[in-house]
Amino acid sequence: MIMKTVFKRTPVLKDCPTHYCPGCGHGIAHRLLAEVIDELGIQDRAIGIAPVGCAVLAYNYLDVDMIEVAHGRAPAVATGMKRCNPDKIVFSYQGDGDLAAIGTAEIIHAAHRAEQLTVVFINNAVFGMTGGQMAPTTVLGQVTATTPGGRQANGQGYPLQVSELLALLPGATYVERCALSSVPRIRQAKAAIKHAFELQMQGAEGLSLVEILSPCPTYWRMSPSDAMTWIEDHMSKVFPIGRLKG
Amino acid sequence: MKNTTERILMCGNEAMAEAAILAGCDAYFGYPITPQNEISAYMAHRMPEEGRVFIQSESELAAINMVFGASATGKRALTSSSSPGISLMQEGMSYLAGAELPAVVINVMRGGPGLGNISPAQGDYFQATRGGGHGDYKTIVFGPSSVQEMADCMPLAFDLADQYRMTAIILADGVLGQMMEPLTLEPKRRRELPPKDWALTGRNGREQNIVRSLWLGDGVLEKFNEKLQAKYREVQEKEVRCEEYRVEDAEIIVVAYGIVARITRAAVDQAREEGIPIGMIRPITLWPYPSQQISRAAEEFRIFLTLEMSSGQMLEDVKLAVAGQAPVLFYGRMGGGLPTVDEVLGKIRELTLSKK
Repeated sequence: MIMKTVFKRTPVLKDCPTHYCPGCGHGIAHRLLAEVIDELGIQDRAIGIAPVGCAVLAYNYLDVDMIEVAHGRAPAVATGMKRCNPDKIVFSYQGDGDLAAIGTAEIIHAAHRAEQLTVVFINNAVFGMTGGQMAPTTVLGQVTATTPGGRQANGQGYPLQVSELLALLPGATYVERCALSSVPRIRQAKAAIKHAFELQMQGAEGLSLVEILSPCPTYWRMSPSDAMTWIEDHMSKVFPIGRLKG
Repeated sequence: MKNTTERILMCGNEAMAEAAILAGCDAYFGYPITPQNEISAYMAHRMPEEGRVFIQSESELAAINMVFGASATGKRALTSSSSPGISLMQEGMSYLAGAELPAVVINVMRGGPGLGNISPAQGDYFQATRGGGHGDYKTIVFGPSSVQEMADCMPLAFDLADQYRMTAIILADGVLGQMMEPLTLEPKRRRELPPKDWALTGRNGREQNIVRSLWLGDGVLEKFNEKLQAKYREVQEKEVRCEEYRVEDAEIIVVAYGIVARITRAAVDQAREEGIPIGMIRPITLWPYPSQQISRAAEEFRIFLTLEMSSGQMLEDVKLAVAGQAPVLFYGRMGGGLPTVDEVLGKIRELTLSKK
């Protein structure tokens, strides 16, 4: 019998057990990031920034130089790193609480200054690590720990479409929204991440951001497969998938 | 302005900026606030001239986090602000301590609390010397009292920050920042410093470097805190700086720092002319504090007078050092009030009268 390897751990991913919940999207997103870093041959000059949130331990999985920063401040930290080291490839990996709530000023101004950075923005519509509270990206009617009756526009506001907001800025070069809800979508997400890194490698002026709609079955209180369906049927209606700019 | 050993005239804010450049500051990040705006204006033209990084950030939060990022890659990074802005930076300063990253922060203090005013004050002493943000940590704090000394602090601040992997603060005030004085600026040789093998420079063949302040797992964070405290003890043993002025036969010791020490020096000279046996202990490092010098003095001298532009913050350190061996009196101005030499002299005369 002839044995053939059809799937193996990408070298940029470390060999360790996952701490993420079953059905969580972070594992897929990490894998895509690792594959891209490997394929682009930038493992030795990439510097990654882990957020505050479930992905704070991203450095346990990604085998590149990494830093852990205060909640929301990744784009400012990335700015300091990249301006001092233009030859390095600097990326941040941020959740929706991190990027769209507490770190709104930092991401807007990093884009506004046209910083040459790559941002992977994981939108799972809740604060995961702290117990599933409402995020700025929580959709209307969605039940969370802090919207027990479902999110109401009156009083709790509308879901915040940060990528659309950022795409308006001249300093944002490339903005695309992807999802992890099916194999074709995952492939598209990888292509988008790759493009966002390639732009930085080419020295393209401005910020590249890939938003990824990612499942959180634990705090959506769904099975992993229902969570994937929910992204397609509900979340992508509020956050349309596709290239917004660049 | 380039390297020079000539006497030149500069304001304190600009002197610190140029001294930072001479000390090899790679990057400056700052947000406008009075009374320290001369620093960012100076850096805006000088840093690009030197091919280094200058960014006007969107907030003090961003500025300190840009410092965090630059420092994590092994660069010498500086930010400056004044009291309200420094409050905003406390989150970042706690993370710098947790991640053991070197950084230099200038605080040109103004009156508070709240928006306060833009007059000189020393009300941020507690914030600077007690850590300031959350968690058990310390920062090295310099309290210079002249434009020359502000400049001289800079290379030392960068060296100590690198050596101990911690934040060094220059705690100045609105008068020191704004006043012009003659000084000489010359590049100082760096100390022998440990290699920054922890820096994020890209893996490049070696093992992955991680800069972090999150320590999960039973007892891990406590061990890390013990390591931090051991480092702080070493700083306390080795890095105290203070000046003793006319203390030999003094019966009254004034303890003052920064611009107040400047005023006190003149008052001490005048009081001496009047035959009052008085001297001054002037802490140059506010943390580590010259507790031993004050404690020794307390064994010999009778009365301590602490002078500050606050409600009595350094006073606590003086009392801790004196430890009940001698009376400790206090005179302070707040909210941007600057004591005059006559005012200080008046307090000294009152003291000598009450003694009789």
